[in-house]
Amino acid sequence: MTASPGGSLSAAAPQGGALVARPKGAGRGRRGSRRQLTVRVAILIVVLGYLVLPLFAMLEFSTRGPFGSRTLDSYAAILNDQNVIDGVTTSLQIAVLTVIGMLVLLVPTMVWTVVRVPRMRRVVEFLCLLPLAIPAIVIVVGIAPIYRWMGQHLGAIGASPLTLAFINIILVLPFAYRAIDASLRSIDTATLADAARSLGAGWPRTIVQVIVPNIRGGILSAAVLAIALVLGEYTISSLLAFNTLQVVIFVLGQQDPFISVAVSLAALVFAFVLLFVFTRFGGGPDRRFQAEVEEPAG
Amino acid sequence: MTEPAGDVPAPGTAETAGLASGEAGSRRMRGAGNYLALLPFFLYVGLFLILPTLIIAIGAFTTAKGQPTLDNVSRLFTDSVYVDTFIKSIQLAVLTAIGGAIFGGLLAWAVVRGDPNGFLRQLVIAASGVLAQFGGVMLAFAFLATFGFNGLVTIFLRDIVHIGLLTDAAWLYSLTGLAVVYTYFQIPLMLIVFLPSLDGVRQEWYDASASLGGSSWSFWRHVGGPILAPSFLGALLLLFTNAFSAYATAAALISQGASIVTLQIAGALQSEVVPGQENVGKALALGMIVVVALVMLLYALIQRRASRWVQ
Repeated sequence: MTASPGGSLSAAAPQGGALVARPKGAGRGRRGSRRQLTVRVAILIVVLGYLVLPLFAMLEFSTRGPFGSRTLDSYAAILNDQNVIDGVTTSLQIAVLTVIGMLVLLVPTMVWTVVRVPRMRRVVEFLCLLPLAIPAIVIVVGIAPIYRWMGQHLGAIGASPLTLAFINIILVLPFAYRAIDASLRSIDTATLADAARSLGAGWPRTIVQVIVPNIRGGILSAAVLAIALVLGEYTISSLLAFNTLQVVIFVLGQQDPFISVAVSLAALVFAFVLLFVFTRFGGGPDRRFQAEVEEPAG
Repeated sequence: MTEPAGDVPAPGTAETAGLASGEAGSRRMRGAGNYLALLPFFLYVGLFLILPTLIIAIGAFTTAKGQPTLDNVSRLFTDSVYVDTFIKSIQLAVLTAIGGAIFGGLLAWAVVRGDPNGFLRQLVIAASGVLAQFGGVMLAFAFLATFGFNGLVTIFLRDIVHIGLLTDAAWLYSLTGLAVVYTYFQIPLMLIVFLPSLDGVRQEWYDASASLGGSSWSFWRHVGGPILAPSFLGALLLLFTNAFSAYATAAALISQGASIVTLQIAGALQSEVVPGQENVGKALALGMIVVVALVMLLYALIQRRASRWVQ
């Protein structure tokens, strides 16, 4: 259908089937000519080199000591900087709330559109992908009055940085939708739901105990993306004047560039490890399911 | 491939029929109830996505006192400052989208020809995910550490190679610097978006072309190229949107003078606005929505073509 593989914007691409569905041993590389191999390696070295250079520079920059020596002082200083610790804590809390909120909002809705009201599936998809077409800075302009209202009328809760979870849920919708949708498509959701229902399970139980375990891969993928997005979010938190991790890094950049570069690198590495571990080892259940489906055919 | 399970019509299953049989009225109620279950989602999206958009759309056409006006919007076309920022933003987005698409496309091609579950490929995908979507402020600092006044490359060229090149790091804080950093995060985004399409190019097609005596070049010229063209164009448009909407990197690099739209909007939000211009920020935001919506419309049309072949 329209959800073509090419439309996958997220790092969940492996989840989207492209990686998984490729039959084993397609091994194109072996058939490529030697010249092609040379070109490939050259591209890898040049482009990856360009991508790695600034990261290496960050490492070099953040470990500079007096008189050309190397030191990890900047990294040690992170742990003593209360602002950084507060920023990390705030961002992690927002991330947790965002993941929970996103799942509670999205999973039942998506299961429902598959099982009960397929007609609404396209509408829900459209709304979920809509944030891609509305830049974050534009959303801030429109949402600032709403947050101002919340701050004035909802007391301490309304003025808390944790309210950023509301808007972050919107920002992660496109990525979460695609990840969960890919998982839902890989199982026969309707039959599963019917089977559970006919055995006497209510809807909450059907979703939580039957559907969710089967789309674990998609949910995990959505959660990882949401966490990465929240930890990296700057535009909205800064313009609504909340001190999240990125805002703290930004401010720090003007006071102590060494520490701010150290924090940046640490955050990038953290996000990378999160995504890499997930790409490499995550999404197990879906993959196994898919292998079972594919074996008889191939 | 995966089963399009969702397209199986579910409501007519034995279970529903058994429960609701004979009572047309209750079935209609049930039908309404089915839609009611989606209400929380619609309410949420309505409150945090649709309402803000409406606030912008209405605000762009009203004065601060709430009277209808065309002044805000017409300013976008008449005030040279705003015309200029839109042009600069679009130029920046076009340039970096093209650069990112070329280098990212090449990288994707180099990566896709390896083992699909290989270490290199998964490493590159994970790294791309981080750099493309996580970056923002931190990438700006990465470039300060590289090409800034005390950056690695700057010092290397000045003190070790003794070349006067790039010594004046001021370029990094201008639109040129912005273009360089933007291109940097467009490359991994291109990889993520384009890789699945490249995966769709089957070995059989290549073999078929080769068995008919086609060279690698003629394969890409007559088969691979035309098939991938829509995906490539689609990716290009996504990259354009990405650069056009980017704010964090620009905010971190350029502290003085708002030369692109996103910075201008932020300025309008933060500062005490000149009386009579309170809603210009909303008009700018509306302008961005219009540009992105047009691009996305084009994207949807191209995607429809792309999905015909690459599946």
